[in-house]
Amino acid sequence: MSAPDANNDVAISVRNITQRFGEAGSPDEVLALDDVSLDIKRGEFVCLLGPSGCGKSTILNIVGGLFKPTQGTATVAGRLVEGAPHPDQIAFVFQESTLLPWYTVIENFRIALKFRGMNKAEWDDRAMAALRAVGMASFARHYPDQLSVGMRQRVNMARGLCVETPILLMDEPFAALDEQTRMVLGEDLSQLLAARQKTIVFVTHSLAEAVFLSDRIFVMTARPGKIKTIIDVNESHPRSPDFMLEPRFSELRNECYALLRDEIRRTVAAQRDPQPAGT
Amino acid sequence: MVRLSAQSRIIQAGFLLAMGALWYYATAVGGVHRLLLPPPGEVWKTFYGLVQTEEFWRSVKVTFWSIAQAYFIAASAGIIAGYILTRSKLITDIMEPVLSGLFTVPLTLLLPIFILFFGIGPASKIAYGATYAFFPVALNTIAAFAHVEERWLRAAQSMGASRWSTFRHVLIPSAFPVVITGLRIGFVICFASVLGGETIASAVGIGHNISLSAEQMEPGRLYAWIAFVTVTAVALNLLLSAIENRVVKRDRR
Repeated sequence: MSAPDANNDVAISVRNITQRFGEAGSPDEVLALDDVSLDIKRGEFVCLLGPSGCGKSTILNIVGGLFKPTQGTATVAGRLVEGAPHPDQIAFVFQESTLLPWYTVIENFRIALKFRGMNKAEWDDRAMAALRAVGMASFARHYPDQLSVGMRQRVNMARGLCVETPILLMDEPFAALDEQTRMVLGEDLSQLLAARQKTIVFVTHSLAEAVFLSDRIFVMTARPGKIKTIIDVNESHPRSPDFMLEPRFSELRNECYALLRDEIRRTVAAQRDPQPAGT
Repeated sequence: MVRLSAQSRIIQAGFLLAMGALWYYATAVGGVHRLLLPPPGEVWKTFYGLVQTEEFWRSVKVTFWSIAQAYFIAASAGIIAGYILTRSKLITDIMEPVLSGLFTVPLTLLLPIFILFFGIGPASKIAYGATYAFFPVALNTIAAFAHVEERWLRAAQSMGASRWSTFRHVLIPSAFPVVITGLRIGFVICFASVLGGETIASAVGIGHNISLSAEQMEPGRLYAWIAFVTVTAVALNLLLSAIENRVVKRDRR
């Protein structure tokens, strides 16, 4: 049996990425990521889980081509990302709704499809299909400001899906939502994914969200960010809320927490006043 | 702007009536000399006579044509300069305080210099009005284009929007309401500067007639001109606010 072509299985590959922010050598200089490497397989749902400021979003932005890392490379679908987005491969869903307030919901979808150079004849069909998938089709002619935060984020997610890119990068998409809306949207996402073969990288600091959604969880260290451990969640999609009641779910969640606790303590300690020596 | 209730409208109308009544009272009973403030009836009569003269319409034409030219220059130069400056954050940071600093200098002090350069005719008032009105337009344009929300630009970038698409669908709609406000403030300043310049130093125009009437001790004519300018200014401002509200509301919910 011949070995499978590694490049065909790997959707995203990150090699030895180091990211510094601020002027080199100045006291403001921050080492955000320190020699991070990771591979994400095609069709996989991966969560980047870590304390705030550990560089999770930075990884996403580098993979998405929003900026170039200080060192290292990212490869998407076999192509090197060089600080330029690949809109044919990658769609983003950001934490805050990025719907433009001067356009209606449907106009926001048309703009997104237009930006990606889609055929004009397909715009409305695609937009409506994506809106129906998240149950928001009747709000197509509303302005974003007329929707609740939860509805806006639902639409925002649908806009990320409507362009049908093989890869979706989601940067804490549910962070601004309350716990209940968040769980419902998580279930929706799991449902939507089961039907599409998408590769997803999802940044979060919610343990339950990470366990519920992911195939693999990349637990990161406090700044400078590194991958600490990778946890496998062997559960098929779509996942039902019952999964959260299983003992296995709690075990995985606790495992994540145990791994993260020291990192969170380190992050919190770094934000405090320095302790006097000898105490 | 909040839509005013009928009650607020009545209070506003009442305020105007009270001002008129006060004017009448001061001249009829209060004993204010008619050389300082003639009664409303006399001013109205003088105004009625004034509009029949050719001189009136010639002056109105000169002044409004000057305002139109000054405003066109200020609006186009202000928007273009404001936009170009914001293309670099460094230049914005350097130039924004310089422009707002200059705007606080009373440019009226420079009017004699404008007269030296452009003569006593309308050209000096056009240049003066255009210079003064340039600042609010440019400053608002800078504020509008320098503070487009980062997340919208990032989203457009991630979707592969071209520079032109980003400009057309993100930058312009985001900046639009603030630029429009700058244009309205610019108009008010332009109007005031041209008329003020004419009143201080001019050979033609409404302002010239106002200062001439004062010098010739013709209070009826003086107040007739002032009343005409006041009513025109209020009407134009109402019109501009209505346009502003309309386009801004349509564009940004």
